[in-house]
Amino acid sequence: MNEKALIDDEHFEHTLRSEHTEIISPENIVYEKPGTLLDVDMHYCPGCGHGVVHRLLAEVIDEMEIQSEVIGVAPVGCSVLAYNYLNIDMSEAAHGRASAAATGIKRVLPEKYVFSYQGDGDLAAIGTGETIHTCNRGENILIIFINNGIYGMTGGQMAPTTLEGMKSTTSPFGRNVSTMGAPLKITELVAQLPGTQYVTRQSVHKPGNVRKAKKAIQKGFELQKQGGGTCFVEIVSNCPSNWKMTPIESNHWLEDNMLPFYPLGDIKTPNGRK
Amino acid sequence: MKELKLMKGNEALAEAAIRAGCDAYFGYPITPQSEVLEYLSREAEQRTGMVVLQAESEIASINMVYGAAGTGKKIMTSSSSPGISLMQEGISYIACAELPCLLVNVNRGGPGLGTIQPGQGDYFQTVKGGGHGDYRLIVLAPATVQEMADFVKEGFELAFKYRNPVMILTDGALGQMMEKVELFPQQERKFEELAWATTGKSANRQKNAITSLHLKAEQMEEVNIALQKKYKEIEKNEIRYESINCEDADIIITAYGLVARICTKSAQLAREKGIKVGVLRPISLFPFPYDVINKYANKVQGILDVEMNAGQMVEDVRLAVNGKVPVEFYGRMGGVVPDPEEILKVLEEKFVGAAV
Repeated sequence: MNEKALIDDEHFEHTLRSEHTEIISPENIVYEKPGTLLDVDMHYCPGCGHGVVHRLLAEVIDEMEIQSEVIGVAPVGCSVLAYNYLNIDMSEAAHGRASAAATGIKRVLPEKYVFSYQGDGDLAAIGTGETIHTCNRGENILIIFINNGIYGMTGGQMAPTTLEGMKSTTSPFGRNVSTMGAPLKITELVAQLPGTQYVTRQSVHKPGNVRKAKKAIQKGFELQKQGGGTCFVEIVSNCPSNWKMTPIESNHWLEDNMLPFYPLGDIKTPNGRK
Repeated sequence: MKELKLMKGNEALAEAAIRAGCDAYFGYPITPQSEVLEYLSREAEQRTGMVVLQAESEIASINMVYGAAGTGKKIMTSSSSPGISLMQEGISYIACAELPCLLVNVNRGGPGLGTIQPGQGDYFQTVKGGGHGDYRLIVLAPATVQEMADFVKEGFELAFKYRNPVMILTDGALGQMMEKVELFPQQERKFEELAWATTGKSANRQKNAITSLHLKAEQMEEVNIALQKKYKEIEKNEIRYESINCEDADIIITAYGLVARICTKSAQLAREKGIKVGVLRPISLFPFPYDVINKYANKVQGILDVEMNAGQMVEDVRLAVNGKVPVEFYGRMGGVVPDPEEILKVLEEKFVGAAV
């Protein structure tokens, strides 16, 4: 019996509904929308990692009960409208300047949790200077860095993190490292700086990875409370639309191509280099 | 009791920032205004707990201002011409997001890397926009070290009154020269939770977002209409100028900042020769005192506009005069400061016979 036939079955539908009524009660809830995630339509493409990371952020904020103490900074890029999806105070920064804006907020409100949420073009191209100096000063903020190796919002141009040989609208024959430079591993770079206390690379392409990414975000907030420097969480993500793949294909491609170059795991922890 | 000090313009401005209860300053060294950052680095934190941070660039400074000003605190930066050029994108964002803050341009000679001597070549940039889009800064132009200090306090008041960035447009000479200055008393640094500010969403209010992004054209137009309405209000309420011996004058010199002081001497020399000259000094460059100049144009035979640039404010003077009398221009450029005698000579060349 296929799905449609099941739904067409009036008897089945009735049974389903009455069962639902009985099981829908607070003590039975195993999964729900986090309060910090607003009930609005997101503009993200189907299968994009941004939605998952937004949810993780919202879950962490809810679980830590810090909604009233968080101020976020949105970038320019696909996640430019992040402030419409998260029920927290947020500032929308100029392209590349999210970590500078976050610095400004954190310096005048040091007791609050401050994070920036940035893509690869924002953080590792136009905002490289701000990223490095924010980390070098050891600003007590959390930087969440979504790396999908492409400029998504502007329509698939080459990013600083685009892989060698990878095609984009501005590297139509594949990224040629002899003329376009090699993909920038900015996460390894900021891990070198004494100002960072926690630097990690995660992904959200599989359930297990989603859980690990959530833990990393949570750790980034927890460490911020203690001071001690910048927390930097890279999340290797996908871009089905501009990679021109289905969401599932893009996740496979991510695993086969992105992860060998951008290996997952902690690069630096407060207890020493991993 | 009066607290009278002999101070450099830049230092008086920095001292005034501390006394005005400024919460944070973000800046980057550039001549001829580095004393502001230096003075604040020495003095501010230990006295009031004010945050002082040397950023990695003017781009970073202005975006730190953007973030910090979003919390509703008193935030400030300063720079000089090339650095102010770098800040323009951020200033446009700040203007659109309606964040109160104080910006200072200690104008030096340009264009390009230019010189480190005083200039007024940034009038257009400051008064007409500078960054992208239709926005206005409230612009105050001091002519004395005293005003360098006083306008900090006044600037913050205006910034918060209108939720608008305020710029003090001064120059390298005023920044560097020493004069006596009477300092206003220390104001308490107090934090008021503002309804629109991003300070952490408490349970009893909606979330706040500081943004300049409005993707729907009609929505963006609404934002523009609201901004323009605010600018009209500012034009109605906040015009500031100084009129020196203009009432019986046959000729008026228009000049702002340091140049107005030099022109005051030229006017005095002219009166000694029997030429009745007055000086009209716009203090607020936006809003510009169009009506005041227009009224004087009914009584005088001509106006000489003097600036340290190729002729920028003169366009506003001509708009104000609207063809009623001739408006002549004299300017020195690239960091050269005109002296009173040369201005008098120009005035005599252009107007003598007509006026006397």
